[in-house]
Amino acid sequence: MSTAPMIEAFGLRKRYGDHLAVDDVTLEVPEGKVLGVLGPNGAGKSTTVRMLTTMTAPDGGSGRVAGLDIVAQARQVRRSIGVTGQDATLDEQLTGTQNLVLVGELAKLGRRQARLRADELLAHFELTDAAGRIVKTYSGGMRRRLDLAASLVARPPVLFLDEPTTGLDPAGRQRMWQIIADLVADGTTLLLTTQYLDEADALADSITVIDHGRVIAQGTAAQLKDRIGGDSLVVTLADADADADGDAGADADADAGVEAVGRFAAGPVRTDDGGRTLVVPVVARRALTTDVVRSLDAVGVAVDHVEIHRPSLDDVFFALTGGGTGAATGDRAAGPADGPRPDHPFDRDGVVDRPRANRRVEEVPV
Amino acid sequence: MSTMTIDLHSGAEVPATGVPGAAARFTDWCYDVWSLTRRNLIHVWREPAQLSDATFQPVLFTLLFIGLFGGAMSIPGGGSYKGFAIGGLVAMNLTTAAMGTAVGLSSDLTSGVIDRFRTLPIARSAILTSRTISDLLASTLAATIVIATGLAIGWRPGTGVGGVIAGIAVAVAFSYALSWFCACLGLLVRDPESAQAIGMVILFPVAFVSTCFVPPQGLTPWLRTVANWNPVSAMAGACRDLFGNTNPAALQHTFPAQHPVPYLLAWTVAIIVVCAPLASHLLRRRTAD
Repeated sequence: MSTAPMIEAFGLRKRYGDHLAVDDVTLEVPEGKVLGVLGPNGAGKSTTVRMLTTMTAPDGGSGRVAGLDIVAQARQVRRSIGVTGQDATLDEQLTGTQNLVLVGELAKLGRRQARLRADELLAHFELTDAAGRIVKTYSGGMRRRLDLAASLVARPPVLFLDEPTTGLDPAGRQRMWQIIADLVADGTTLLLTTQYLDEADALADSITVIDHGRVIAQGTAAQLKDRIGGDSLVVTLADADADADGDAGADADADAGVEAVGRFAAGPVRTDDGGRTLVVPVVARRALTTDVVRSLDAVGVAVDHVEIHRPSLDDVFFALTGGGTGAATGDRAAGPADGPRPDHPFDRDGVVDRPRANRRVEEVPV
Repeated sequence: MSTMTIDLHSGAEVPATGVPGAAARFTDWCYDVWSLTRRNLIHVWREPAQLSDATFQPVLFTLLFIGLFGGAMSIPGGGSYKGFAIGGLVAMNLTTAAMGTAVGLSSDLTSGVIDRFRTLPIARSAILTSRTISDLLASTLAATIVIATGLAIGWRPGTGVGGVIAGIAVAVAFSYALSWFCACLGLLVRDPESAQAIGMVILFPVAFVSTCFVPPQGLTPWLRTVANWNPVSAMAGACRDLFGNTNPAALQHTFPAQHPVPYLLAWTVAIIVVCAPLASHLLRRRTAD
C-alpha cells in the first residue's frame, strides 16, 4: 500500500456540450505527498477534481483513489476522501457544531463520536467561540475553515482541496496555509488546485500544470524552474554618457561590461534594452554582487541597479502557457511599453519550451 | 494553532472495500434518512415562517371558509356546512402543503450543501426520502391544526377518535405521495422561487376544482366530472366518511365518489410508484455534472 499511489488519473477526459473541459489529464500522487495542480481559470482543474472525487463521471480515461476505481467503486472512494471545493458546502441554517455533527453522522461515525469529533475540529480551527452560531453569520475565512473541518470529520486518508484560498484575505490565506501544512505533516495525501503560483510552490511536493484541459508540465517546483533556467543577475548600466556618444557609447559600455562579468557567468551573458541591461546567469554565492559591481567599476562601467532574479513559478507558467491568468496577462501586456523590466528579464511570447538560443534577446558568447 | 497536538488523521488505513450486506446497507440508509430529516426539522425550527402553510394557513382557511360560506351553502343530503367543510379543509391544506417539498428540495439543490452530501457515503434516495418525511410531519401537523380549529368552532366528528385518526391517516398518506410528485417539480425547476410558482399553478387548481368546498351537485356538468374523479375530492370524501360527517359526493354514481378510500389509496400508490423512481432519476441527472 505504501508504494502504490493514493491518487492516479490516466487520460481523464470530460466534455460539456461542445466544450472539452478536460482533454487528457494523467497524474499521480504518492501516499503522504502533496500534488499542486496549477492552471488558470477554466483550465480544467475543478473538473479534474470533480471526476476524481466521483462528483461527475469521466467521459474517457480512468482514475483510482486509495486504490479504488472512481467509477466502479465510487461509493467506497467517497469513504476514503475529503473534499473542499471553491464554494463552501455548508448548511447556512445550521450552527458550526450541527454542520460537523451531521457530516459525522452521515459518515457513519455514530452520534457520540460525531459530537466529539466536531468539538475537536472546531477547537483546532479556532471556531469554538462560533460553534453555536449559525453559519449564515460566519465570515468568509470562518466558512472556509469550517468547510475544511467538515472534509476532515471522517479522517480521510486522501484530501482534495479545490482552490482552498481563493477569495480569502491575506491573513485568512496564511492561516489556511498553516492548516494545510499541519495536515500534510500528519501524513494526509493531498491534491490541491490553485491559481496561485506561490501557493503551489509553498505547499506542494510536486506540481502538475494544466492548461486547456491538458497537462503541459509535471515535476517538482525546482524541476519546473530549471526549465526556465537558474538564477541570474540583472545589471542595469548607468546611461550617463548616452547624450555624449549615443548608441555607440552604450554598445561600448555593454561590450566592456559583458567582458568584465564574463568570469562570474554560469552561461551565456545576454544584453537587453539596447545594451543597457546585462542578464548574467549565475550560481548564487556570497558577495557575488559586490564582485560583479567591482569588476564593472574596474573597466569604467557605471551601474545603476543590480538585482538577483530567481525564476518563479510565474515565469514557468508564462513560459509554458504563453500567459494564461487574466490579471497577470494584463500586467504582461503593459510590460513592453514600460521599458526595462528587470524583474522579468526574459521575453516570453508564448512558445512552449522554446530553446534559449531562439530568444529575441541578443546572445553574447563568453 | 499548531501548538495543539490534535489527531487530524489517525485513521489513515483505507476502509474495507467489500460491499456491505443488504441488511447493513438498509440500516445505514435508515440512519442517513433520520439524520437528514432532523436537519430539515432544524431548518423549520430556525425559520418557523417556513411552516406557515402547516400552521397559520390551516387556521386561517378554516375560519375564513366556514365563516364565509357557512351561511350561504345548503348541503345536499343535509347536515351543516361546518361538518361538510372540515374534510375539504384537510384535503385542501394537505394538497397545497406538498409544495413545501418542491421548495425545500430546490433550496438544497441551489445551495452548496448538496455537494457536501454527495461527497459523503449516502444514497441519493436518502436525501429525497428525508425531505418527504419532514414534509409528512408538516402535513400531519397541518391536518391536526385543521381538526383542532374545527373542534374549537364547534365542529364535531360523527365517529370517535379512531375515525378522525383514520381520516387524517389516509389524507396524510396521499399528501405524502404528492410530496414525491412535488420533489420531481423541485428537481425540474431552477430555483426555489420557480418551484413555489409552478407548485401554485399546478396544485391550486387541483385543490379547488374538487368537492372540497362545494358539493358536486352545484357544479356544471364537465366541472362535476373533473371534480368527481379528482383524487383531492376523494381525499375530502374519505375524510368526511371516516369523520362521520355528511358526504354529499356519495350521492353521485361514480366509483371515486362511492368508494373514496380505495380510490384515494390507489392514487397514493400510483403516484409513489411513478414519482419516487422518477425523482431519484432526476436527482441523479441534476447532480451528474
